[in-house]
Amino acid sequence: MGILSSTVSITLYKVDGELEQPILENLRKGLKKNVISEIDGQVSEKVAGWTLFDSPYKPDFTGSSHVVGNYFVFSLRIDKKVLPGKIIKKHTVIETEKRLNQVGRGYLTANEKKMIKDHVLNILNLRIPSTPNIYDLIWNYEASSLWFFTNLKGANEELETLFLKSFNLRLIRLFPYTSADITAGLSDKEKDVLLKLSPSVFWS
Amino acid sequence: MLDVAVSYNRYKFIGYEFLTWLWFVVESEQNLIKNYLPHSASIQVGNRIKLENHRNQNLETITIKGDEAGLEEGILALRKGALVTELNILYETQNLVWQFTIRGESLNIGNLKTQIAGPLEKKENIDEQILEKADQYDGVIKLVDHLYKNFIMLRVSTDWEEKTVVKIKNWIFS
Repeated sequence: MGILSSTVSITLYKVDGELEQPILENLRKGLKKNVISEIDGQVSEKVAGWTLFDSPYKPDFTGSSHVVGNYFVFSLRIDKKVLPGKIIKKHTVIETEKRLNQVGRGYLTANEKKMIKDHVLNILNLRIPSTPNIYDLIWNYEASSLWFFTNLKGANEELETLFLKSFNLRLIRLFPYTSADITAGLSDKEKDVLLKLSPSVFWS
Repeated sequence: MLDVAVSYNRYKFIGYEFLTWLWFVVESEQNLIKNYLPHSASIQVGNRIKLENHRNQNLETITIKGDEAGLEEGILALRKGALVTELNILYETQNLVWQFTIRGESLNIGNLKTQIAGPLEKKENIDEQILEKADQYDGVIKLVDHLYKNFIMLRVSTDWEEKTVVKIKNWIFS
């Protein structure tokens, strides 16, 4: 689901810190440093990187299409190769039989089995194309807030890791505790109360 | 600050209490809810409520959905000790209506449907489309943020146990 979809899901973040000056140049550097790379025809199973919102399959961050009004708008792309279990099994059985004939034994060691599995996965990963998943984000730099357009746990974890790696800035997910602690404007005394809160009872 | 994973799990009950409180104020305290909304705006409970009961070690989940669904089952679940974990909201300001779901444990916004003043494809360029959508999302995010801030200020005050919990109990058992 993207920014322009009719229905969206949003995870809210607070950006902890600021980019060094010049901001736009450092933003571009961070994006280019971790731009999505193609893994088709390679043994890699998965890759995550930044891409352009309006050109997700041919990202080029030399322009300024990732700056829209007061917002930075770009996308996280996660490419993954999905190998059906039955195909892995078929090729593992074929390779195992081949190996058994070569060694002249009726069994394989654990190490040999592992080598066969790794070999099968590498061969299949070379042949299968990756499936791209694109998740948009809007970064309101002045407000230090970021909206990530998915609630998927895996995608959110990739975002947090890649954001830190790219911009050296931590993303703080805004859930009940962090939202109360960071953005609600509680006094120190109220924050102490927050820490000690326990569930209320409504049913007795 | 506390470790993220620890604070997420330890305090997710606050999110559930927020949604339970929100249902209560929407249903019973319309004068109060008006204070939290922009002028001439209104909110109603939408077409889905999910409740969970963690009492007695066993998790019990109750989901009520459908535009015409009665909410009595939900009240009954509250009486047994359940709390609201997901709440669908209808938010209306002047001529626009938004519908979305707030998830208690994460405060994530899900299934947000927005209205656009005109067909997107007729907008001059993609920037204009993005800015219009961003403006719509901003309105909803600010609403949830504002409601949550008001709730949390109340939750850390003595009024919570002394007044609000009593009122919620009266609502549940009325």
